[in-house]
Amino acid sequence: MSLTLTAMSDSSTAAGGQQQWAGSGQTPRPPRGPYISAITNRTTNLLIRGAMLFSVGVFLALVLNLLQVQRNVTLFPPDVISSIFSSAWWVPPCCGTASALIGLLYPCIDSRLGEPHKFKREWSSVMRCVAVFVGINHASAKVDFANNVQLSLTLAALSIGLWWTFDRSRSGFGLGVSIALLATLATQLLVYNGVFQYTSPDFLYIRSWLPCIFFAGVITMGNIGRQLAMYEYKFLQEKTHQD
Amino acid sequence: MFPLLPGGRAKQSHTLPESRGEHYVNHKAPLKLKKPSTAAFRAHKQPRAREITWCPVSRSLDAPRRTVLGRAVLPNGRELTPPARMTLREQLREKISAAFYRHGLLCASYPVPIILFTSASILTCCYPLLRLPLPGTGPVEFTTGVRDYSVPSHEPQGDLGERPDWVLVKAAVSPWDSSLVPVDVFRSPLGRAFSLLEEIRNHVHSDSSGIRSLETLCLQVTDLFPGLRRMQSVLPEHGCLLVSPGNYWQNQRELFDSDPDLLKTIQKHEPKGLHTSATLRVNQMTRSLTEQHSASPSSSADLKGGKLYSGDSQGQLGCQIQFLGSLRARLKQLHPSANCSLRDDHMVHVHFKEEIGIAELIPLVTTYIILFAYIYFSTRKIDMVKSKWGLALAAVVTVLSSLLMSVGLCTLFGLTPTLNGGEIFPYLVVVIGLENVLVLTKSVVSTPVDLEVKLRIAQGLSNESWSIMKNMATELCIILIGYFTLVPAIQEFCLFAVVGLVSDFFLQMFFFTTVLSIDIRRMELADLNRRLPAEAGLPPPKPGPLRPREVPPPPRPSPHTITLQTPAFRNLRVPKRLRVVYFLARTRLAQRIIMVGTVIWIGILVYTDPAGIRTYLAAQVSEQSPLGDPGGGGLPPHLGVAPVFRGGDPTSTLSIHPPPDPTPLPENQSQGHHGSARAGPLPQAPPAVPQITWGAEDEEGWRRLSFRHWPSLFSYYNITLAKRYISILPVIPVTVHLSPQEAIEARHPQDTRYPPPPIPKVTADLQTDLTLYKVAALGLAAGVLLVLLLFCLYRVLCPRNYGQNGVAHGRRRRGDLPCDDYGYSPPVSEISPLLLRGHSMDIECLASDGMLLASCCLAGQIRVWDAQTGDCLTVIPNHGRCSSGGCWEQRDGWDGVGGAADSDCLGSEGRGSSVGADGLSEEEGGYPLRRRSAPARPTLFTDQPDLTPLIDTNFTSQPPSHLSTPPRTGFDFGGLVERAYMEHEPPSTSTYPSPSSASSSPPSGAQLQRTPSMGDAAAYLSQERASAAGTQATPDWESSVWALELRGNLIVAGRSSGKLEVSARLNGSLDFFTVEINKPLCLLQYRGAPGRGSMPPSPCYSSEDVISCQLTRSVQCAHQKPITVLRAAAGRVVTGSQDHTVRIYRLEDSCCLFTLQGHSGGITSIYIDQTMVLASGGQDGAICLWDVLTGSRVSHVYGHRGDVTSLVCTTTCVISSGLDDLICVWDRSTGIKLYSIQQEVGCGASLGVISESLLVTGGQGCVSFWDLNYGDLLQTVYLGQSSDGQGVRQLLVLDNAAIVCDFGSELSLVYVPSVLEKLD
Repeated sequence: MSLTLTAMSDSSTAAGGQQQWAGSGQTPRPPRGPYISAITNRTTNLLIRGAMLFSVGVFLALVLNLLQVQRNVTLFPPDVISSIFSSAWWVPPCCGTASALIGLLYPCIDSRLGEPHKFKREWSSVMRCVAVFVGINHASAKVDFANNVQLSLTLAALSIGLWWTFDRSRSGFGLGVSIALLATLATQLLVYNGVFQYTSPDFLYIRSWLPCIFFAGVITMGNIGRQLAMYEYKFLQEKTHQD
Repeated sequence: MFPLLPGGRAKQSHTLPESRGEHYVNHKAPLKLKKPSTAAFRAHKQPRAREITWCPVSRSLDAPRRTVLGRAVLPNGRELTPPARMTLREQLREKISAAFYRHGLLCASYPVPIILFTSASILTCCYPLLRLPLPGTGPVEFTTGVRDYSVPSHEPQGDLGERPDWVLVKAAVSPWDSSLVPVDVFRSPLGRAFSLLEEIRNHVHSDSSGIRSLETLCLQVTDLFPGLRRMQSVLPEHGCLLVSPGNYWQNQRELFDSDPDLLKTIQKHEPKGLHTSATLRVNQMTRSLTEQHSASPSSSADLKGGKLYSGDSQGQLGCQIQFLGSLRARLKQLHPSANCSLRDDHMVHVHFKEEIGIAELIPLVTTYIILFAYIYFSTRKIDMVKSKWGLALAAVVTVLSSLLMSVGLCTLFGLTPTLNGGEIFPYLVVVIGLENVLVLTKSVVSTPVDLEVKLRIAQGLSNESWSIMKNMATELCIILIGYFTLVPAIQEFCLFAVVGLVSDFFLQMFFFTTVLSIDIRRMELADLNRRLPAEAGLPPPKPGPLRPREVPPPPRPSPHTITLQTPAFRNLRVPKRLRVVYFLARTRLAQRIIMVGTVIWIGILVYTDPAGIRTYLAAQVSEQSPLGDPGGGGLPPHLGVAPVFRGGDPTSTLSIHPPPDPTPLPENQSQGHHGSARAGPLPQAPPAVPQITWGAEDEEGWRRLSFRHWPSLFSYYNITLAKRYISILPVIPVTVHLSPQEAIEARHPQDTRYPPPPIPKVTADLQTDLTLYKVAALGLAAGVLLVLLLFCLYRVLCPRNYGQNGVAHGRRRRGDLPCDDYGYSPPVSEISPLLLRGHSMDIECLASDGMLLASCCLAGQIRVWDAQTGDCLTVIPNHGRCSSGGCWEQRDGWDGVGGAADSDCLGSEGRGSSVGADGLSEEEGGYPLRRRSAPARPTLFTDQPDLTPLIDTNFTSQPPSHLSTPPRTGFDFGGLVERAYMEHEPPSTSTYPSPSSASSSPPSGAQLQRTPSMGDAAAYLSQERASAAGTQATPDWESSVWALELRGNLIVAGRSSGKLEVSARLNGSLDFFTVEINKPLCLLQYRGAPGRGSMPPSPCYSSEDVISCQLTRSVQCAHQKPITVLRAAAGRVVTGSQDHTVRIYRLEDSCCLFTLQGHSGGITSIYIDQTMVLASGGQDGAICLWDVLTGSRVSHVYGHRGDVTSLVCTTTCVISSGLDDLICVWDRSTGIKLYSIQQEVGCGASLGVISESLLVTGGQGCVSFWDLNYGDLLQTVYLGQSSDGQGVRQLLVLDNAAIVCDFGSELSLVYVPSVLEKLD
C-alpha cells in the first residue's frame, strides 16, 4: 500500500541525478539580450525547462508520496513532515530528474518525428491533466477497492483515459508505456535489493498498480514538457517571421 | 474612443457592410449619401473590408423564422445539402444545430426571465443540501442505549476510545442561616469531593470474574506532555485520569483545608491554558455560585445555597460496565438523590474525526492550487467581451452551481454523500470543466459584430453545437464506464459527475448563454454611437432624448436623433480607481460594512453574555437541533425546559428568585445544555429536607465544555482522539446534604474575615460588566483610531486645496451638472478657470504654440502668456507705428524652420497685408471675426511709410521697458531654441509641427550655423524681433489685430485695413513667401494670400538681424474669388474660396493638386490635419469630407442652416458648428449625423476637441465639456462670477489639455486635469 521506504541509499540514483544535472548544464553562450535571447537561446531554454520540470517533479513526488503515506497513518505526530523528508529524501530528486528527462524527451521526440503535437495545447488543458493525475493518485491511495486486480484495472483504465483525453499521440503512448515498464522494473530491482519495500506487495515485490501510476505520470510530465517547449517553438517562429 | 474595447474590435466595427449604407439610404433619402464615394473612402480606410456573405439573412429581422421554417439556409449562410442525401450523422448534426439556434434566440430574447428561472431551479436543486450536515471536523455525537451496561462494545464502529464517566455532585447546605458566609456555600461541599473521590478510588467490585478496582479499569495515563510541566500540579500523572476539583489542591484534603482563599486558587489556574479542562467547570461553578448567592437573599436560607456539582470524569479504558454499575449503586446508596430525573440508560458517544494536520492538508491544498490554476488559465482565454471578469465569474458560477445541483439532486433521490466533499470537489470541477463555456464564448464572440445580439448568440451556439454535444456524449460515456468499476467510491464520484455534467450543460445552455447575451448586448450598446446599427436609423426621432440643452435640432434635415442607451448601461468615463471610489461613495459601502459589523458585534456580545439571551436562544435552538439526538426519535417537545422544572418543583427556586429575573440565572451552571433532555420531570416526593433536583441540564453538563475539551485534555498526555470515540456514560448523581454545622466546621479561619455578601455580588457583576466595558472601550478606541487613520489618509491623498476653490461654487450654480443615475457627476474632476487679466479691451485674436500664448485685443496690444502658469511674459503695446506695421514678429532663435506651416496660414497674411502696401489679405485670421468686427472698427489713423526704424527701436527698447520679461522670455526662448535645435539636428527638418514647410527650408548646415546666433538671441530677448513686413510702410487703417499666430518663437500678427482685405479677397491669388530671417541663413517660408499679384519680395529686417520675407512663388488666379480660408498641414495647403471650390496645393512647389468642387456656396471653414483628413464647410451649410490623396469626395452632408463656421475632426467623428448655433457631430466613416447640440445664440462658433472624446464649446460666459461618444454634457465651467452676456468666441485647445478662451477682456485658461492623464 504505502510506499514504505525503509532503507536508504544515496548511491546510484542520486549520483545519476547529479550527473544528469551537470550534463544539462553545459556552459550556455553569453546571452545577447535579457529575456528574449534567454528564451531563444537553445541551451538556456533547455536549462530553464529542465529546471522547471525538475521542480514540478519534486513537488509532485513530495505531495503524492505524502498521499501514499497518509493512507495508513491516522495519527500524525508533529514530526511527520520531517520524517517524510528524512526517510526518503532521495525519492523526490529521483522523480524530479526523471520528470525533467521525460519532459524534455517528449518535445524532442515530437520534433524528431516531425509531427508537432497540436492536440489541446494550452495551459488550462495541462492543468486539467495534472489535476487528473493527482486524482488518480488520490484514488489509488484513498479509495478502498475490493481487491488488487480491481484497483489495478481501474487505475489502468483511468490512465488510458488520461492519455486519450489529453494526449492522443501514438508516440506519447509508446513512450509512456515503455518508460512505465522501465520504471517498474527499476522499482522492482530496488525492492529486490532491499532499498525499500512495499507493505503488501502483490506483484513481484511491488504493487500491481505501479505501472499505471507511472504511465499516467509520464503522460502528465510529457504534457507539461510539451507545453513548455511551445514557448521556444513560438519564439522561434516569431523570430523567423520577423526575419 | 472606447478604451474598454479590445483592440481588434474597433477595426472590425468600421467595416460596415455595404448593405447598411444601402439600407440606410433607402430610408434616408434626403441624406443623399453617395455610395461610390463612401465605398471608396471606406475601401481606402479599410483595405481589409470583410466580405459579407450573410447580409441578406442577417440583416433581416425575420431570419430566425426563415431558418426555422425553411431550413434551407443556415443562419451562418451555409447551404445545406438537401435532406435526402444526408447521412444520419449529418441529419443529426443539422437538427442539433437548428435546435441550438432556436435556443440561442430564446436565451438572447428573454434574458431576465431565463436567468430568474435558472436561479430558481438552482436554488430548488440545492435545497436538499440544507439537510446535510455542514462539513467540518467537529465531533459527531450519537447516542446509544446502555441496557444495564451489559454490552460494553455494542457499537458497530468498534474503535472505542475513552469513556469518561461523570459523577455529578449536588450539594446543598441547609438550612441556611445568617451566620454563614458565602464561602461556606462551596467550601464544605467541595470538601466532600475528597471523600467522594476516595470512595470512588477505593471502590472494589467483585463478581465472578474477580475483583476489580478502579485502578485496573481506568485510563492509565503517563507523563504529561513535556511542554506542560506547569500543569503538573493540576492534572494527575501516572495513574488513573481522574479529574476532580480536588486536583486544584493536589487531591490533598490538608491543602484544601488550609487554603485561605479557594476562589483565588481556582482562578489562579484559569488563565493558564487549562481553560478547556476542569478549571473551566469549577470556575464557572464557583462564579455561578456567587451569582446565585447574590440572587438569593441570605436570609431565606432554606435550600439551594450550596447546590454544587462537581464533575468527575474518569477515563475508563476497559469499559467494564459492571464495575460502573456497582459503583453507581454504591454511590447511590451512599448519597441517595431523591428526585433524580436523570435517565441512565443512554450513553453518548462522541466521534472525533481524523485530525487534519499539515501533512493531511498538503495534498488537498495542492489539488486546490491546481484547480485554481486551471480556472485561471481557462478564464484567461475569455476575450473580446465587455467584461472579462463578469464572464469569468459567470463561468465559475456555472460550474460551482452545477456541482451543488448535482449533490443536491443526488441527496434528493436518497443518496447520501459519503465522500469527503472537500477532497473530491476539485476533481469534480476538473472533470466537468470549463471547456464548453469557453468554446461557447469564443464561438459567439467570433460571429460578425454587426449582427443583432440574438442572432449572434444563436449563430454562435449553433456553430458549436455539434462539438459540444459530441464532447458531452464522450464525457458521459467515460464517466459511465467509471460507474461500472463497481467500486463504491468511484461509483459515487461518477454519479456526482454525471449529474453534475448534465446540470452543467443545463446551466451552460440557460444561464451562461443568457449572461453572455447580456454581456454582448452591453458591448453593442457601447458601440452604438460609433457604428449606429440600422435599428437606430429606422425610427423617427424621439423627442428630447437628453438634457434640455440638447434639444433635438430644429426641423431641418436632421436625419434622426440617436436614442442614447439607457444610463444604466452607460459606463462612466472615469479612471478605474476613481470608479472604485465612486462606487464606495455611492453605495456608502464602508459605512454600511462598519454598521453591519457593529451590529454583528453587539449581537455577539449579547449572545455571549453569560447571563444573557444565549441561554434562552440555546434552549430554543437545541430543541430543534438534530445534533442532539440524531438517533433517538421521540423527543418530546418541551418549550422552556427551565420553567418546567421550576414549576414542577414547588419547593424549588421559585420563591427564591425574584420575578424580575426570568432568565434561568441560578441554574447558570447548567445553562443551555438541557438540549437533549429526554427526561420529563419526575413526580417528586415532597421533600422533608431541601430538595436538590437533578434535571436534564445536569445530565448534559459536559456539553458546556468546549468541543476542543476532550482532544486538548488528552493531548496533554499525548493521546490523540482522531478517529476514536469518547463515550460518555450516564451521570451518577450524588446528592449530599450538609448541615450548617458542617459547613461552619469546614470553614477556614480566614473566611470570616472576608467581607460579607456584597463582595461576591460586586465581583460577579463586575466581571460581566467589566468585560462589556472593556469591549466597549476597545471598540471605541478602535473606532477613533480608524477615524484618525482615515483622516490621515485623506490628508495624504487629497490635494491641499481641494474644495477651496472659489470657483467651485459658481460652477454648480446652474445645476446642470451631469449626473449619472446615482446622482454622481463623473469625470472632469476639478476645473477651475484661470483668468488672465491685462487686456483693456476685448480680445480679438488668440494664438498658441503650446508653451506660449499670444493674445491681442482690440486695442492692438499683444500679450504673451505662459500657457502653463498663466503668467504674462511680455506685453507688446500698441504703438502707433507698430500697429500700423500691421504685422510683427517676435522672434528669437532660428525659428525660421519653426515658424511653421500653420503659423504661415495666419501669419503670412498679416505679413502680406503689411508687406504689400498694396494690400495683402489676411484671410484666415478668422473669417467670422472679420465680419463681425470689420464694420465696427473704422480706421483709426494713417501711418508713416517707413516703419522700420520705429519698429526696430521699439523692439530693442522693449526689453528694458518691460521689467521682468526680458530675462524670462530670454530664458524661455533659449530653452525653446535649444529644444528646437536638438530636434532639427538631423537634417530632416520635418519634425517640427510644419514638416512640409520646413522641408523647403534651408539645409541643415544653415541651421548649424545659425545656432550661435541663437545663443545670442537667447541672451538678448527681442533683438531679433522684427516686423517682417513692416518695412513696406504699410498704410494701415486699422489698429486691430486680425490674425495672430504664434509658432515657435515667432509671433505673427496680422493687421489689415478693410480696403486691403477687399482687394485681396477679390483677387484670389496665392503667394508663397519665403521669409529669411537672420541673414539669409534662416528661411521661413511663408505663404500668403496676398493681394495684388505683383508682390515684390519683401525683405524684412530688424536691427541687425534680417528677416526677409521673400516671395517665392505666386500663384495667380488661385481662385476666382477671394480666398476665405487657408489651412496647411501635412505638406498641403488647402484654400477655400468664395468661388465654391477648395484647392489643395502642395507646399513644396506650390502646385495645385486638386480642385475640389461640391459646395454650393462659398467655403467658410476647412479642417485638415496631419492624417490628411480634409473637411470643408460652406455657406450652404454643407460639409464635405474629402480624401486628400485622391481628391475624391467621401461624404457630403447638410447639417446647418447658414454658414458652417468651424469644423473639427477626430479619428471617428466630425464636429461642425454653424451660424445657426448648432453643433453637429457626424460619424466620419459613414457621414451619418450622430447627434447635435443646440448652443446658445451667438456662441456656436467656438469649439475644440480635447482628446478623442471630449468636446469643448464656448457659451455665454462659460465653456461646456461634452462627451463626444454619447453627446452628453459633462460639465459647464463658468468663467467668471458675472458671466452672462459675454460669449466665448475664441477657443483654443493647448497641448497640455488646457483650453484658452477669451472672455471679454480677459483670457481664461482652463485646465482639464482628468484628460491630461488620458493624453499620456
